[in-house]
Amino acid sequence: MQTTFRIRRFNPESQSHASYEQEYFLETEPSDTVLDGLIKIRESIDESLTLRCSCRGSICGSCGMRINGQATLACKTKVISMISEGGTLHVEPMKNMPVIKDLVTDMEGFWKKIREVQPWLQPKGPVPKGEYVASPESMDHLTGVMGCIMCGVCVSDCTVLEVDRQFLGPAALAKAYRFVADPRDGHAKTRLVQLNKSGGMWDCTRCMECVQVCPKGVGAMDRIMALRAKGMEKRVPTTCGSRHAEVFAELIRQKGVLDEPMLALRTFGMGNLPKLLSFIPTMVQAFIRGKVPKSGYFHHAIPGIRNIRRLFRRMRNQK
Amino acid sequence: MTSSYSYDVLVLGAGLAGMRAALAAHEQGVSVAMLSKVHPVRSHSNAAQGGINAALTDRGDKWEDHAFDTVKGSDYLGDQDAIEILAEEAGQDILSLEHMGVIFNRNEEGRLGTRRFGGQKKARTFFVSDFTGQAMLHVLYEQILKYQLSVFEEWFVTSLVQDDKGHCAGVVAFDIHTSQFAHIKAKAVIIAAGGLGRLFEPSTNAMICTGDGMAIAYRAGAPLMDMEMVQYHPTTLKGKGLLISEAARGEGAYLLNKHGERFMEQYAPNMMELASRDVVSRAEQIEINEGRGIGGCVLLDCRHLGKSFIQDRLRQISEEAKTFANIDLTEEPIPIRPGMHYQMGGIKTDVNGRCWDVHGNWSGVPGLFAAGEVACLSLHGGNRLGANSLLDTIVFGRRAGAEAAAYAKMNEKSRVEDSRVGQDEKMIKDLLKRTPSDDSIAKIRLDLGMTMNMNLGVFRDEEGMLTAQVALRGLRDRWSRVGIQNKSRVFNTSLTSALELGMMIDCAETIILGALTRTESRGAHFRTDYISRDDDDWLKHILINRGPDGVPRIDYLPVRITQWTPQARVY
Repeated sequence: MQTTFRIRRFNPESQSHASYEQEYFLETEPSDTVLDGLIKIRESIDESLTLRCSCRGSICGSCGMRINGQATLACKTKVISMISEGGTLHVEPMKNMPVIKDLVTDMEGFWKKIREVQPWLQPKGPVPKGEYVASPESMDHLTGVMGCIMCGVCVSDCTVLEVDRQFLGPAALAKAYRFVADPRDGHAKTRLVQLNKSGGMWDCTRCMECVQVCPKGVGAMDRIMALRAKGMEKRVPTTCGSRHAEVFAELIRQKGVLDEPMLALRTFGMGNLPKLLSFIPTMVQAFIRGKVPKSGYFHHAIPGIRNIRRLFRRMRNQK
Repeated sequence: MTSSYSYDVLVLGAGLAGMRAALAAHEQGVSVAMLSKVHPVRSHSNAAQGGINAALTDRGDKWEDHAFDTVKGSDYLGDQDAIEILAEEAGQDILSLEHMGVIFNRNEEGRLGTRRFGGQKKARTFFVSDFTGQAMLHVLYEQILKYQLSVFEEWFVTSLVQDDKGHCAGVVAFDIHTSQFAHIKAKAVIIAAGGLGRLFEPSTNAMICTGDGMAIAYRAGAPLMDMEMVQYHPTTLKGKGLLISEAARGEGAYLLNKHGERFMEQYAPNMMELASRDVVSRAEQIEINEGRGIGGCVLLDCRHLGKSFIQDRLRQISEEAKTFANIDLTEEPIPIRPGMHYQMGGIKTDVNGRCWDVHGNWSGVPGLFAAGEVACLSLHGGNRLGANSLLDTIVFGRRAGAEAAAYAKMNEKSRVEDSRVGQDEKMIKDLLKRTPSDDSIAKIRLDLGMTMNMNLGVFRDEEGMLTAQVALRGLRDRWSRVGIQNKSRVFNTSLTSALELGMMIDCAETIILGALTRTESRGAHFRTDYISRDDDDWLKHILINRGPDGVPRIDYLPVRITQWTPQARVY
């Protein structure tokens, strides 16, 4: 089928030093992946088109790039799944990392964050003579996160990294989870204390992008949520993030409805005056727009609250 | 301006064998660096799916049985002293991998579980779902990060440097990001640069598998051995030839012809689908050639294994079948065919990774070591058993690393001029100066792949191989003239492809020559004009050595037999 590949290109050796778009017209087969298309361009139209690729089978993680506005592996994306006859496919390098040339990005920043989580097993005590004995249930689920091929796709489309360069990002946090959840590792608490800091597990905004774009189903965001739960279980120092989660649940238990002002007050603490004062404009706005209920800023318990509390009791007992 | 670096041990390639070697050398307290044309976790070790073999005594298995299965699998061309080491040390190496952090599958008791694999009587394959290679590769890389070993990432080696006595003294390489050349000095160099799958089209191998390691060693005077032994994997996906793990058959999948018959009954009544790979690939090819295939393929049927079992143990191939063939393997059989997969041959080494010369001495290129697919001990002889290649990388990567470190401690740095850098820089400059024509690297590479696949595949004969030999001369000539449009100094993939193609052509020459020389059928090397194994004349290895005049010379080494005398091979 007739297709147009519109590719964002960048040549660091050019005078202008600016990226630009270039269009290539080519005939693709129904079985062709975007990578096949790019290779066809490189081999028969324009040798200078630069990209990384190797395995063609979604295991080496070389060909991460953005296709029609979403990061993915080019070798895993069929052209016909993206466009119809005569359509235009947009191909760009991954975001949240510098571009070296065309579709090749500099992943040093990515690896630096991976190194920050000390990504190696740190057992406690002497090494056993045989293997570490661990139940299949405690180990098998780790193959999911071990399926990560470090392609950078989740980091490319992470919306937090877009505004906060300090954030460890989904790949590094998923890697950290792999050790925190490994029964053989003896440093879960130390790791969680590290991850509890600014830029760590509480800085994810749960936008789900990393889950959606991951070509290997690693589910980075779900791992980050699991890290948070483990952090709270292990009683790492509270943060706004963990207090937010705790207060959220507590308010629902007390009132059966989310009491936003109380949530803010208790999350940040009564003593955090500057932070609390900063909410005043929002409260005024809410009042002007008629978003404040007649009963006032703070909510009362809803009529059926006893049922809600019963639900909570049942959940706690089940745990 | 040329940058210069200096280490005790330099490892070329950062896949499983390379990283294992680097870690072993580091343990000995010498300075170590690795160099790879891709980031370590992009290495092709990733693609190993099914598992890694080891006979553990506490599981009622014996290493001798594993060794015997390997010897028989090799069609008695494997060197038995090396195979004994492989089998005997396997258990300890599996445990060290587990201690490093590999998440091997567990059994009910919480201990390491096993699955069955081809050509073996017992279930002794340890595994991580069906991405064992990837799981191991990432864990070894974790160890590299832990010990902060240096890696020259995305560097390309152009040649080995030798001092005036022929001793290995490092390499000349350039940074793909900048085209900046450097002489990386080292007392010992370990080549762990992987295989040469891309010589064949199609192949299961990644695009980086271009035989670079074998070619640079061969050019430096190290002999290549058993190069005619090229493994065709029985289950590669129709189309681009991606690998469908042997784990599928290990877990019970059937092979069917177009009449729905389990045709392996005719060829290997005892082991059926789990006969060794050469046997299964030949059977499939016969079915296809005799009209019992479907569209050039036979079928792999996993349906009876059940959805949850497939999701648990064969996750990657189920995704692969979905993505690349649009098939749900819980509902439909997959069209598969034999496809080029592994090179049993390679740089001749001894059991400590030292690159031997044709006389079985270490006078070829002292200071040069090799491990992994690039090397040939020979462990795999005429046919490698599934799940023995991962084991090979770990056992012999470790041994080569330790030996290279010991060698580096005993030897002084050799004094060499940097002139080789200038020479290679000029070679690249000249290459880039050529005028572009209608011909291209991609066209030559495709022609090479087709030629090799057609004439050096599952069935071979003299006529076909001579055709390939003549064709190869033409391809070499085209390669020496082809121009490159892309003149960039930053990440110039046209340039690296051109250099890779040169390496591929050198390797192809040795495969064809070896295959023409071996006038018998053994293991993966099956000649329709010499259909039997001939132990009287051919229980020996073929070594190919490039003379100073550039002409390949043939030598032989006897197969080392310790306890298993050759028998007829029946599965």
